Amino acid sequence: MEQAIESQLLEISLGPQHPSTHGVFRMNATLDGETIVKLKPVMGYLHRNHEQIGESISYIASFPFTDRLDYFSAMSNNLGLAIAIEQLGGIPVSERGEYVRVIMAELTRLVNHTAVTGFLINDMGAFGTPLLYAFREREKILDLFEAASGSRMMCNYVRPGGVREDVPAGWLAQAKQLVDGYPRFLDEFEMLLTDNEIIRQRTQGVGVLSKELAVNASVTGPMLRATGVNYDIRKVDGYSIYPRFAFKIPLGSAGDVYDRYYVRILEMRESVKILQQALKQIPDSGPAISPKGLAIGKAPRTFRPAKGDAYGRIEAPKGELGFYLVSDGSPQPYRYHVRAPSFVNLTVLEDMCLGQKVADTIIILGSVDIVLGEVDR
Amino acid sequence: MALIGTGVLSGMGVVFKTFLETYPWGRVVLRTVGVKPTNGLVTVEYPDVKQQHAERFRYFPFLVYDQTPDNLRCVACRICEQECPPQCIHIIMEKDEQGRPVKNHGRTLPKVFDIDTSVCMSCRICVDVCPFDAIEMDNTYELSSEGRFTEMIYDKQRLLKSDEYFHSIHPEEAAVVDQRLAAKKAKAAPSAPSQPGASPAAPPPAI
Amino acid sequence: MPLSQVWQDLDQLFVHAKQFLLGVLPEPWRPWASMVVTIGVIAAIAPAIMMYLTWIERKLIARMQNRFGPTRVGVYGLAQPLADGLKMLIKEDIVPRGADRLLHTVAPILAVVPAMLVFVITPFGRGMIGADLNVGLLYFFAISSIGSYAIFMGGWASRSKFSMLGAMRAVAQIISYEVPGVLSVVAVIMVTGTLSLTGIVDAQADQWFVFTPWGLVGCLMFFLSGVAEVNRTPFDMPEAESELVGGFHTEYSGMKFALWYMAEFLESFAICAFTVTLFLGGWHGPNIPFGIVAVLLGMIIATGSRLPWPVRVLGAAAMAGALVLWGRQPMPSWIWFFTKTYALIFVLVWFRGTFPRLRVDQLMGLAWKFFLPLALVNIVAAGLWVLIPNPILTWVLSTTILMASAWLLVLANKPAPLARRTYVLAD
Repeated sequence: MEQAIESQLLEISLGPQHPSTHGVFRMNATLDGETIVKLKPVMGYLHRNHEQIGESISYIASFPFTDRLDYFSAMSNNLGLAIAIEQLGGIPVSERGEYVRVIMAELTRLVNHTAVTGFLINDMGAFGTPLLYAFREREKILDLFEAASGSRMMCNYVRPGGVREDVPAGWLAQAKQLVDGYPRFLDEFEMLLTDNEIIRQRTQGVGVLSKELAVNASVTGPMLRATGVNYDIRKVDGYSIYPRFAFKIPLGSAGDVYDRYYVRILEMRESVKILQQALKQIPDSGPAISPKGLAIGKAPRTFRPAKGDAYGRIEAPKGELGFYLVSDGSPQPYRYHVRAPSFVNLTVLEDMCLGQKVADTIIILGSVDIVLGEVDR
Repeated sequence: MALIGTGVLSGMGVVFKTFLETYPWGRVVLRTVGVKPTNGLVTVEYPDVKQQHAERFRYFPFLVYDQTPDNLRCVACRICEQECPPQCIHIIMEKDEQGRPVKNHGRTLPKVFDIDTSVCMSCRICVDVCPFDAIEMDNTYELSSEGRFTEMIYDKQRLLKSDEYFHSIHPEEAAVVDQRLAAKKAKAAPSAPSQPGASPAAPPPAI
Repeated sequence: MPLSQVWQDLDQLFVHAKQFLLGVLPEPWRPWASMVVTIGVIAAIAPAIMMYLTWIERKLIARMQNRFGPTRVGVYGLAQPLADGLKMLIKEDIVPRGADRLLHTVAPILAVVPAMLVFVITPFGRGMIGADLNVGLLYFFAISSIGSYAIFMGGWASRSKFSMLGAMRAVAQIISYEVPGVLSVVAVIMVTGTLSLTGIVDAQADQWFVFTPWGLVGCLMFFLSGVAEVNRTPFDMPEAESELVGGFHTEYSGMKFALWYMAEFLESFAICAFTVTLFLGGWHGPNIPFGIVAVLLGMIIATGSRLPWPVRVLGAAAMAGALVLWGRQPMPSWIWFFTKTYALIFVLVWFRGTFPRLRVDQLMGLAWKFFLPLALVNIVAAGLWVLIPNPILTWVLSTTILMASAWLLVLANKPAPLARRTYVLAD
């Protein structure tokens, strides 16, 4: 009975209109029964010409567009562009501004990691409960973002040299209260998910990414660290004021979906530690933006960095987010390029999915943690 | 090693606790068995109850005038038009037959000042770049309407709002703006009505 | 029967009401009228049960997620199901191009009809059963498996790859789970020696089957297999909206879509009702002296110092009222039945609010590698229960057999959760 029943391969297009592709993403999958034999990611449905627009407007006007790259972590994106512009124009950052930026970036990490965990479990088929718990906590952080920047998601807050305006009075106390209460929520969240047999059954050994492939494909962020590679730009580059804080980098070993989930949970716990230290150390007064920074009221066209290029990168929640700027001395960048972590991490999707089931494809995609705004730009 | 099934049961426990937390009697039950209730219902029933927004909450810009609506701060310098990332602002300066700018209260003024709500992304760049603090962010957010090319294009008349209104919605920011304007006035007082910042004849946008 | 007698015995309220109605009619019409009344009542309550199941599910899940659920239509959103039904009726009915029109239309009807037919043999209370078949259990399994044809028909007729995948999953799943479902009931048949549902309920007057080792295992297996058969979370593979968009009903809209949902909800109600009937004592109340329980509870509530005082006063008063009520008349049997059924429905909703779904192969593995062997062992345990007269010996024997085999099966299947992981916190 060696001769198997003759069967046809089934080609199926998951997306662009599909509930679990996190936006308008498409996977052209070829199935043998329920097993994936070929998978081709198709992207570009949300292409908005971000880089080209960035080359035709002044440096400062690109900030609102970076909010819309990875719309879950607007503050981090702002920070990445700000760091690139600071390198290009040689702008120092004010002390208080540095702290506020780090606090915002780490709060963004909390927002992103809770939400993506919720989405991951939703992709597994839960009826939204973990997702709504995640959103409940996320709303509290978004309230803080709104109080500081005026907008919940499209913050447009960080500026080269610091932040646009200082945080309002009492904000730091509120943030401290939230941060101190966060581990409690994480404990509850883990009680719901971490030991759940169904989740472990679904995720362990699924979507395994090897160390070598991850490094070769220049995968970054929690996905890389889940394979056990110790690479976190906060430690490697030590940008901003991260060297002042004591924190660890959680590493997985198997590189499967469960490790990616758990590494994110552990990263949130480390973020809470960073936040607690930052909220303790932040200077009570001082300018939020340095005198050379691009503050409110400064005419944007007067900022003309000297000829040259700069690559500013940060550890965004999704991985290495880099902005490459080339200046020709004019008010607009000559070249503006974004190294989007979601996009690069997505390139290994097929390698992870081959031989898995249709249901696994969905959660593997969920564990990559993509935001289509960033993939397609 | 944990017994198979305990993870599932503890998850169900968390969900049941949340279920009880949403009822007053459930909170009593939880307290009786020694569990501290944390989150209750978090829904804001929108049209009936409105969420309390932060003071800095921003949505859609408006033009500020002092005292009377004809005394608007905008001088039609077109910096905001040029810098607006989604390019939703359209300005034409008021000019007489010879093509010279008309002056009112010692300032040039816009004849047309349109903002397209459906394009505007409330990013606040126009406010940040305005050298005259003439445009500020509003906090009304119920702007939906059916007229895509009529009601959703806000013209100058609909955009004009008083300085008092600005003070009432963003008191902190308005105080800072007043300080800045006062400082500028003191500096500009000796030399007569010249324009600080960019010149009115700024070049048209590059694209 | 005069009208005045109808109210005297709450337990037999509906039975007396029907007899009163029939009594009005002339003698030769009565058998026919009896049929018409029964069919009419079942045809009327089935959609009502389904509609309010959707409301209950939405409300409960919303509360589990810190939300309100439906609140807009009517008080507490009670009119929401009506509004939904109206919306479904006026929605456009779309049949995809190239689909098999006839089967596409027939499939949802074929799904609903068996789901409603199951209500005929459900014993809702003492004497409240549409038709007391002596092969009631067989009828239940025969009728409820028709649903798989309907699902495959719908999935095939839709001419969509997602529907087809969902339908194939559904057939595999429903057929797999019928085996442990039926085998777990064999134990009940062995002990009671009857296939009649009334007989099975009567046999549980002293002891509910769930309080025996084989009954507990059988109850869990029957309930979980039932959950899998009606495609509910965590076994909702055929629908799998995050993978297959909507599975077999991807291409359905309007009233046909509502019919699929009606079938699903009625079947889940039926699964709960039959778990109650077969293992949880049916319409029997528990054999505990409720008067004493009420007194004890009242004392605990009244003296509970951590409770606010209005709660204490009200609780004690309620318990006193319960004591008085209990002294006058026992709780009507149909109240017990519905209480237990809706408690199980709460468990179903609770599952849905908590769990993600399993994968297809894991689901099949659960059925064939765990439930099926355990069901077979359970039959042996039930056999021991019948054969050995010494109660202590049977308890010990059957408990050990079941626990040992369950544990061995877990070890033999080597599930992933057994492996522990360690994480490094690097600098």
